[in-house]
Amino acid sequence: MGVIRRAGMFVLQVNPILCDGFGHCAELAPELVHLDEWGYPIIASDPVPMADVGSYQSARYAERGCPRQALHVAKVATPVPITNVDVRPPTTVSRGRRPL
Amino acid sequence: MIEAHTLPRLFAGATDRPLSLAHHEEVFQPDGDVANVLEELNASGLIGRGGAGFPTSRKVELLRNQRGHKYVVVNGMEGEPAAHKDFRLLSTNPHLVLDGAEMLASMIGASRIAVCVARDNPTVVHHVEQAIHERARRNLRGPGIDLHTPPWRFVAGEESALVHWLDDNESLPQYRPGRPHILRIGRGPVLVDNAETCANVGLIGRYGAQWFRSLGTDDHPGSVVVSVTGAVQRPSVLEVNLGTPLRAILASAGADTSPQAVLLGGYGGAWLRGDQIDTPYSNDALAAHNLSVGAGIIAVLPRQACGVAEAHRVVRWMAHESARQCGPCAFGLPALAEDLFAVLRGGRDGVVAIARLQERCGVIEGRGACRHPDGVVRFVRSSIDAFAADIDDHLRGAPCAGAQSKQRFLSVPTLEHEEDLIWE
Ligand code: SF4
Ligand code: SF4
Repeated sequence: MGVIRRAGMFVLQVNPILCDGFGHCAELAPELVHLDEWGYPIIASDPVPMADVGSYQSARYAERGCPRQALHVAKVATPVPITNVDVRPPTTVSRGRRPL
Repeated sequence: MIEAHTLPRLFAGATDRPLSLAHHEEVFQPDGDVANVLEELNASGLIGRGGAGFPTSRKVELLRNQRGHKYVVVNGMEGEPAAHKDFRLLSTNPHLVLDGAEMLASMIGASRIAVCVARDNPTVVHHVEQAIHERARRNLRGPGIDLHTPPWRFVAGEESALVHWLDDNESLPQYRPGRPHILRIGRGPVLVDNAETCANVGLIGRYGAQWFRSLGTDDHPGSVVVSVTGAVQRPSVLEVNLGTPLRAILASAGADTSPQAVLLGGYGGAWLRGDQIDTPYSNDALAAHNLSVGAGIIAVLPRQACGVAEAHRVVRWMAHESARQCGPCAFGLPALAEDLFAVLRGGRDGVVAIARLQERCGVIEGRGACRHPDGVVRFVRSSIDAFAADIDDHLRGAPCAGAQSKQRFLSVPTLEHEEDLIWE
């Protein structure tokens, strides 16, 4: 899969013209995609942080597994640094002095 | 020379016949103090008259920074069945539109102009053909002008569908994930502008921005051509000053001035309640009601009409007009039409249907390649709001008299193959 860059955000986009509602994406990336009553994917349009490696990997799987090649993982440039995402559990921080 | 503050502007000198080139140049004489059309266009604050409401100067700026063999496309397709303004403009003074297109072409450095008119209207096609011919005879310098006549469909007038037609002979919208997105014919970037926008550019190029801004409001300057249909003696096309109260527009069109509701912005638009028709007709005032001028359509619904039945007819037709490329649009819109039909019949099915309708609107919105389904969702939501009392009556099984009568007011083309609604 190559190097995963953990900065920035991504969105999974579907080209609705190409998509024929096979529904593979919902199986490959269940955390990002669910299907509507006609079997077409509904994908949240909010960007997901790259640091969420599980989601990113599923998005890549879905992109590759889509029989119509209708999916695309788009990187979103984030002007502000992401502060509210725990990239790694802060195990080392607890040893230092912490403000009360 | 036309006077500075009076309407008509775009229809100046209009007769039953289209103006000839010589006559056109006589009516619209440049007053000579426009040095740079581009600057004037930037200063004019012209907003595109095609429906999307995008500032024309921004589009031009975008295209100026592109390289390659550029095109200007004049959109005279008039997708909306309730509108007649582009046809009217092109059959009264096609040269004004072509002038504007030539100015746009020289601003962005385009080498070809494509004028698109639906082939279903042979008179207009003929007028435009004549006008292009006349210009060629006079040997006006500048880009070559071609006429293209795609078949008429609702979505064929969508800009990406139009460019797709010119590029590939398919009137289908294209997927454009990132906006603003530059449409291309082959590899050449394309500037698509509505016929009325081009005509306005033609005026700005002659008389300048200050003159242009003398009508309309600060945020939405100029005049606009509106098509008034529905409860009117005769569907009419008028040019009005932006910011005129809607009531005055209805009165001068000979329409019902105490309507139940008024549909603005076409069949992808929304309703304004009858008691709000003193609102000025311009984007900044209408924004308070979540409305916009759009392509200048005003459809008047009289008090005796059944709003639910009309909404169902429109949605059914819009579902039929989907290009059926995208699942949510191809399946979702017929589902909305079915739900509205269930509401129309009332009873227990109707109660279920109205809840499902709201939910389906949320599911469909924003999931097509073009804005067609979003427009329908907007229309459905606004109909649920505007006709809430009627819907309650239908659900209780006691619809008003208007529902039983066969009289309908909005102009919806008859569906040729009703079974087409069932897809595959
Ligand atoms: S896998 Fe591809 S074709 Fe199938 S539903 Fe998902 S996006 Fe559409
Ligand atoms: S959203 Fe509907 S009309 Fe637009 S391209 Fe898709 S199927 Fe066609």
